[in-house]
Amino acid sequence: MHIIVLVKQVPNTSEVRIDPKTGNLIREGVESVLNPEDRHALEGALQVKDQTDAKVTVLTMGPPQAIEVLCEAVAMGADKGILLSDRAFAGADTWATSTTLGLAIKRIGAFDIIFAGRQAIDGDTAQIGPQVAEFLGIPQLTYVKWFEPEQGKVTVERLVENGCERVEASTPVLLTCLSALNRPRFPTLAGLLDATAKNAPIEVWNAADIGAKAHDVGLVGSLTQVVQTFTPKEARKTQYLEGAPMSIAATLIDAFRERNIRLGD
Amino acid sequence: MAIHIDIEKCNGCGKCSRSCPYQAIEIHDKKAQWLQDRCTLCGACLKSCKYEALTGEIPERVVPDFTNYRDVLIFCEMHDAAFHRSALELLGCARQLADDLGQRVIAVATGARAPEKLSDLIAHGADECLFLENQSLAFYQTCTYAHILCEVITRFKPAILLIAATPTGRDLAPRVARRMGLGLTADCTRLSIDPEERILLQTRPAFGGNIMATIVSRYSRPQTATVRPGIMRPMNYDATRKGNISVERMDLAGCTEFTRILECTMNMQTGVNLASSKIVVAGGRPICSEKGLSTLKEFAAAVKGEVACTRVVVEEGFLPQERQVGQTGHTVRPEIYFACGISGAVQHRAGIEGSRYIVAINKDPDAPIFEVADFAIVGDLFEILPALTRAVQDQQKEFSR
Repeated sequence: MHIIVLVKQVPNTSEVRIDPKTGNLIREGVESVLNPEDRHALEGALQVKDQTDAKVTVLTMGPPQAIEVLCEAVAMGADKGILLSDRAFAGADTWATSTTLGLAIKRIGAFDIIFAGRQAIDGDTAQIGPQVAEFLGIPQLTYVKWFEPEQGKVTVERLVENGCERVEASTPVLLTCLSALNRPRFPTLAGLLDATAKNAPIEVWNAADIGAKAHDVGLVGSLTQVVQTFTPKEARKTQYLEGAPMSIAATLIDAFRERNIRLGD
Repeated sequence: MAIHIDIEKCNGCGKCSRSCPYQAIEIHDKKAQWLQDRCTLCGACLKSCKYEALTGEIPERVVPDFTNYRDVLIFCEMHDAAFHRSALELLGCARQLADDLGQRVIAVATGARAPEKLSDLIAHGADECLFLENQSLAFYQTCTYAHILCEVITRFKPAILLIAATPTGRDLAPRVARRMGLGLTADCTRLSIDPEERILLQTRPAFGGNIMATIVSRYSRPQTATVRPGIMRPMNYDATRKGNISVERMDLAGCTEFTRILECTMNMQTGVNLASSKIVVAGGRPICSEKGLSTLKEFAAAVKGEVACTRVVVEEGFLPQERQVGQTGHTVRPEIYFACGISGAVQHRAGIEGSRYIVAINKDPDAPIFEVADFAIVGDLFEILPALTRAVQDQQKEFSR
């Protein structure tokens, strides 16, 4: 069995701050991490590898430093890492990204399962999984919280809005997972040394390597464009209520009465 | 599109080969040779040749003519043979966009059997309503629904397509967008029409809500977006509105489904409905104790509010996930949101922005929650909340006398 895991290196969004003057993101000093749900996807693949003779390939698109997440994945037990890196890929929306990942997967060759996190914490779109599945013409199962691969098929439990579904699909299939799927293992020190060694099983591919055309990828290959970014503005005028608790309570009740709301009604 | 090399003019200097990032030009016998397989048509080589031996046409990107795409189409999600609450929100939003464009709103839904109250969709803002029926559509399945929605798009050629950003909508929309070649913006919280260009401005939070981005789809139609539930306001019911209602049988002969649903387990109905509560009383870390929880619940009972919380309270096991508000929980839009002992991380604030009034109680005068509060109370919630509870109860007594 061959499992391909799609991962992304993301800024740790809980550390991201906005420059109050320019309204831009301050990325300096912000740690880059393996997207949390992707780590669970990788763990899912590695657990299959633990039980069978499955081969796990980890694929990512990003700038040269994104190789760090592949090293981490190899240190956790992945067999191979592939970094798609090219200036031509920069600025891609999910359409162009799914084209790039899809072409790379075709170049990788036969696989049984593609595993990805539900969404990345920087964009929160959750679109890449389904779009890659459609590009490849294979079924998708999203929001997976449990799965079991068998010969030629996969059975999963997926969390839907008002409950849980048990679904099966024939392979090849693409799964996107929730963090409830498992508890990811830590990379081993020996693994990290192997992953950063000269002969580490990590390759870097550019646009020509995957047979992409420049106008189909990156910013120019995208169907959407960002025209403006801004910091969410809070338009509320804050009124501070001070004094003893009972007088604060009375002021608040009166304030709502003035606004035609009677608390407790 | 190709790169042409004029062998007569080429002297094999190799400049073009060195300018190519992809090793797609090699020099053989002092002549440049183009390797089509390696070429990405990036155009880097075109400026490199001094002898004009190298030519090629790199097409410029043009915005296609989309004048035959009209109207705002919404896809209404069904749950248990009834419309999901997001349907009315999409309608309210679509109505405004359609009015700005001077176009119509078309509501499309699909399922095993059409509900009786299809006219509700007209009363809430649609000009036309189409229900596609087929016995096998009782449960959502990605490929079947994608097939249906693609046929609907081909048939109506709408200028705008809106889908709710529910788990189902976010499973379906990217599949459809990829198949039809559409730009897609996820989880929008604001939609409007650009007054000059007449295109859809799609605004959404990114980086965990730290930044808002406005996105356009200039190169494809319909302009497609998923819309975050709980944000858009439905239109008031207007029984005088008129519109076409039709129910058609959906032929699924041309559609292959790859998955099989074995079993569905529905969550027990607990009656918690944060999204439609008028008063929400939410607690943060300080309520993570028996005393804290009961203080919060007593106040919630006094103001007839629904109890809610931040992520940490769920993680500590004091309240279930269905009561969590914020980026990874529910989006709420009550008349009054009481934030008790909540510091106000941006991920939490993202879920409460639509509240009419926000009352914040926190010991820390620098807590970011105060930035979004209408009423700020710097103090200990264990003193403030019991005082508020008593004052509200006194008021109720006074009124009932």
